[in-house]
Amino acid sequence: MLIIPCPYCGERPELEFSYGGQAHIDRPLAPSDLSDEEWNSYLYVRANPKGRHAERWRHIHGCARFFNAVRDTRTDHILATYKVGEPEPEIPA
Amino acid sequence: MTTGHFRTPSGGRIDRSRPLRFSFDGRSYSGFEGDTVASALLANGVHLVGRSFKYHRPRGIMGAGPDEPNALIGVRRDQGRYTPNLLATQTELYDGLDAVSQNRHPSLEKDRMAVNDRFSRFIPAGFYYKTFMWPRKAWDRLFEPRIRAAAGLGIAPSESDPDSYAQRYAHCDVLVIGAGPAGLTAAMEAAKSGAQIILCDDRAAMGGSLLAANQVTIDGAPAARWLAGMLDSLAGMANVTLLPRTSAFGYYPHNWIGLAQKLTDHLADAAPGQPRERLWQVRAKQVVIAAGAIERPLVFPDNDRPGIMLADAARTYLQQYGVEVGRKVVIVAAHDNGYRTAHELKDAGIDIAAIADIRGDSPVAARARQAGLRVLTNAAIDGTTGKLRVASITLTSGGKRETFACDAVLMAGGFTPSVHLFSQSRGKLMWNEDLQAYLPDQSAEAERSAGACRGHFALDEALADGAEAGRSAAEAAGYPFRPAIIPLACAVAHPVGGGGHIGAAPTSDPSRPKAFVDWQNDVTAADILLAAREGFLSIEHVKRYTTTGMATDQGKLSNINALGIVAEATGRTIPEVGLTTFRAPYTPISFGTLAGRARRDLLDPARITAINDWAIEQGAVFEDVGNWKRAHFFPKNGEDLHASVARECLAVRESVGIFDASTLGKIEIVGPDAAEFMNRFYVNAWTKLGVGKCRYGVLLREDGFVLDDGVVGRLAPDRFHVTTTTSGAARVLGMMEDYLQTEWSDLDVWLTSTTEQWSVIAVQGPKAREVIEPLVQGLDLSPDAFPHMSIADARICGVPMRLMRVSFTGELGFEVNVPSGYGAMVWQAIWERGQAHDMVAYGTETMHVLRAEKGFIIIGQETDGTVTPDDAGLAWAIGKAKPDFVGKRSLARPAMTDPDRKQLVGLLTRDPRIVLEEGAQIVAPAAEDRSIGHVTSAYHSSVLGKSIALAMVRAGRARLGERLEVPMPGGSIAVDVVAPVFFDPKGDRVNV
Ligand SMILES: [Zn+2]
Repeated sequence: MLIIPCPYCGERPELEFSYGGQAHIDRPLAPSDLSDEEWNSYLYVRANPKGRHAERWRHIHGCARFFNAVRDTRTDHILATYKVGEPEPEIPA
Repeated sequence: MTTGHFRTPSGGRIDRSRPLRFSFDGRSYSGFEGDTVASALLANGVHLVGRSFKYHRPRGIMGAGPDEPNALIGVRRDQGRYTPNLLATQTELYDGLDAVSQNRHPSLEKDRMAVNDRFSRFIPAGFYYKTFMWPRKAWDRLFEPRIRAAAGLGIAPSESDPDSYAQRYAHCDVLVIGAGPAGLTAAMEAAKSGAQIILCDDRAAMGGSLLAANQVTIDGAPAARWLAGMLDSLAGMANVTLLPRTSAFGYYPHNWIGLAQKLTDHLADAAPGQPRERLWQVRAKQVVIAAGAIERPLVFPDNDRPGIMLADAARTYLQQYGVEVGRKVVIVAAHDNGYRTAHELKDAGIDIAAIADIRGDSPVAARARQAGLRVLTNAAIDGTTGKLRVASITLTSGGKRETFACDAVLMAGGFTPSVHLFSQSRGKLMWNEDLQAYLPDQSAEAERSAGACRGHFALDEALADGAEAGRSAAEAAGYPFRPAIIPLACAVAHPVGGGGHIGAAPTSDPSRPKAFVDWQNDVTAADILLAAREGFLSIEHVKRYTTTGMATDQGKLSNINALGIVAEATGRTIPEVGLTTFRAPYTPISFGTLAGRARRDLLDPARITAINDWAIEQGAVFEDVGNWKRAHFFPKNGEDLHASVARECLAVRESVGIFDASTLGKIEIVGPDAAEFMNRFYVNAWTKLGVGKCRYGVLLREDGFVLDDGVVGRLAPDRFHVTTTTSGAARVLGMMEDYLQTEWSDLDVWLTSTTEQWSVIAVQGPKAREVIEPLVQGLDLSPDAFPHMSIADARICGVPMRLMRVSFTGELGFEVNVPSGYGAMVWQAIWERGQAHDMVAYGTETMHVLRAEKGFIIIGQETDGTVTPDDAGLAWAIGKAKPDFVGKRSLARPAMTDPDRKQLVGLLTRDPRIVLEEGAQIVAPAAEDRSIGHVTSAYHSSVLGKSIALAMVRAGRARLGERLEVPMPGGSIAVDVVAPVFFDPKGDRVNV
């Protein structure tokens, strides 16, 4: 079980969170302007990196807020967490 | 009763003043306090303890600890307390212990299945894959039942486990795993800094190898005295928790360690209610792994006879338990521990017939000869004899072959560092050429290894390494401690280092096939060579093909030798072959430990409504819907489901019924942008929905498929009362929050779950208004004032009410929402009023039938995550003028408008008595091999007097009037495709 630092509440066990998939995928403002390929890519195409992954989490059994985390998929180490709307932080290797 | 003829006159850590009786396979024996079942059996001369998994060969005790592959026993306390597959080497003896051997039919001495051994050349590696694939029927009827009967280790207990199991969460600064020399000094050094320490060890007594270190002094004192002092000191420190009998079975991310602590298995009588085991979930700032090392066996022909065991196990039985494993012993060695064992056994008066060293001459060999021991060097091991116990071993040395009579053969192949937990933590291992071992290299977690598990086999090195590790762990946890570490001076009579042999041992008779690598899964060197010949190069593939290392011992003895054989056969080095993954648990743990208190009523919380007690009193039959307990039907006078539902349905259609709809999800959506939020979220248009009006809402996922539905009422321009399906409530609220928090932060809206706040009492049927009208205050219920699809806040029985005029039955209907605390009272009041109208209480089954008669879908029954609104006949609900809503863009994709998609239709069976099976496939008469749809709902309709069904059928709406078929095992059932509304298609009955 991971320990995840909620940017609003602090460190909490993974049990209090739900996972929300890859972060920084904005819903298109005018979906009807998109081609089928573009819409398909928004709907289904996701990164699957071995290493750093910016992803969404929700502190569902806590403050209930969504936030973003950078997790190393090899080690499950959480390298950073940050609030919705903030850019992915630069983390030195 | 047999007494212990193989017990030394004195010595060991057993309490000779406390004899204990026990039985094994019905025969009585005696042992002493401090024995394990294994040591007590050996003291009685019993080596034969099991039959092997595949060949049913007689097997004896090989080890003295968690690495034991053979000595799996069942221990019975009473009818409900039978535990299979316990390691005899780790099962502490208590008075009256009742143990049985496993995997033998009918007895250890005479085993019918031992015939497998003679036909073993017909059951090579990969045998299951090769032999039993054809014919298919033979697999089902012949092979599988026989394999299942023959295979398997132990028998599952037949009754529910009567014991209780505890669980505890713990935090500490430094967790030290293993209380051998390195673990003890690590714990002590870390503890001196003031850090909070947990020290755990899987054995009853802490000390690890020091428990059998008789010819050793530490700091000038005998090892035993030093150990006792160390344990006393640790026990006296307030910041140290000592956990004996506690196995660290799993290392999980972020330094989360699972410990399984045995609390009562060693007691003859446990206090009532005392937990049997405790699961510790430890979150440690730093971890020191001091797991020690495991001796390797040697792979040579017939190396599995009872009496053939690990050298260090024999030494441990002598020194710790005062047990002689034999009277005349041959030692086969590739490592100096063979000599150490020979010296210590000889000093105890045991006859050492020979030491056969597969290596060349060495100073240790010379010293052994000086001590009068016979040493063969550059030895080849050609085989053994003996039926139920080893009787001789044949060795070749210097061109001369010689057979030695013996009653025990001890194997010293070198030590394998126990890197299981380190590897589980995702640390990277590195092959060490000098030590011929994989050692911990790069850590992934906040941990460090110390002592023999990272190659420091010598006692003084292990003690110093542990102290360093403890010191640095405490420092990393925030507890620096500066004074210099004082090295402990050790005197060891027969020091042992690294090295040893990996792979098959030299033999001058390679034709003999039974050289075992994996004792527990019966895998031989020949099996592994066969896998290599057949092209299995990856060690992961060799493992799965031969099953080596896949038994409950996790290959503790076998993995490295298997690697060595693969490496040699394929001309690669061991690091080139690689290593298989180490998995939790390190040793088997019980389901009870993992389940803890989460059993029976505590397994999963039950959600109940305010009407639950009333429904129980009425004799309702319940069903589980998610965590909810819902009344399924209300049988009267011994009715079955069918009779009860038929009666309930007719009563609702003819008069009135009452139904507990409290489990429906309810969300209140409030704020200046509430209508805009609803417009973006649901497919429907909400702007023009008037205050006091309701609308049926449909929710899609972004991929365009129907996710949920429910009636939505508008309470005010900025306030909506949204209902969801029972099981979709949390999912819908979570999705709403997701969009609101992460996509539409421009909207000023608040979402509140009100599912549990409201009791929802559905009153449905032609008499519904007459029943509730006299109870309602402040609201005109007449058809014109409060028409179908209205919502209003008023009062009922003097308490606040939110009334919705809605119908999921097709009848005049109301859903009375009252605060849950009033639910039971209002329900009772309505029920009493309803008696004048023959009101029935109905359950979820009747609700399903009534809605199916009307063609109303149920999410998850008609829909399955691949159904669009149009497929379900709900295209009318879509707000066509809206530029966007969740899922809208997906509906425009070509596949979503394909006219051949499955569409909702009704089916009527030609024979009205036949009720179709839900899930059954549907075919066209001309093309019976191709499914064109499936039945989603099917019931007997009592009001229509025939069976009805809903189905999803390709291009279904274009097939109205067509005859289709539902193929079933007993023959095809003819059906006619009809519109999905079977009853009151114009909907007149709701508008009264
Ligand atoms: Zn939070």
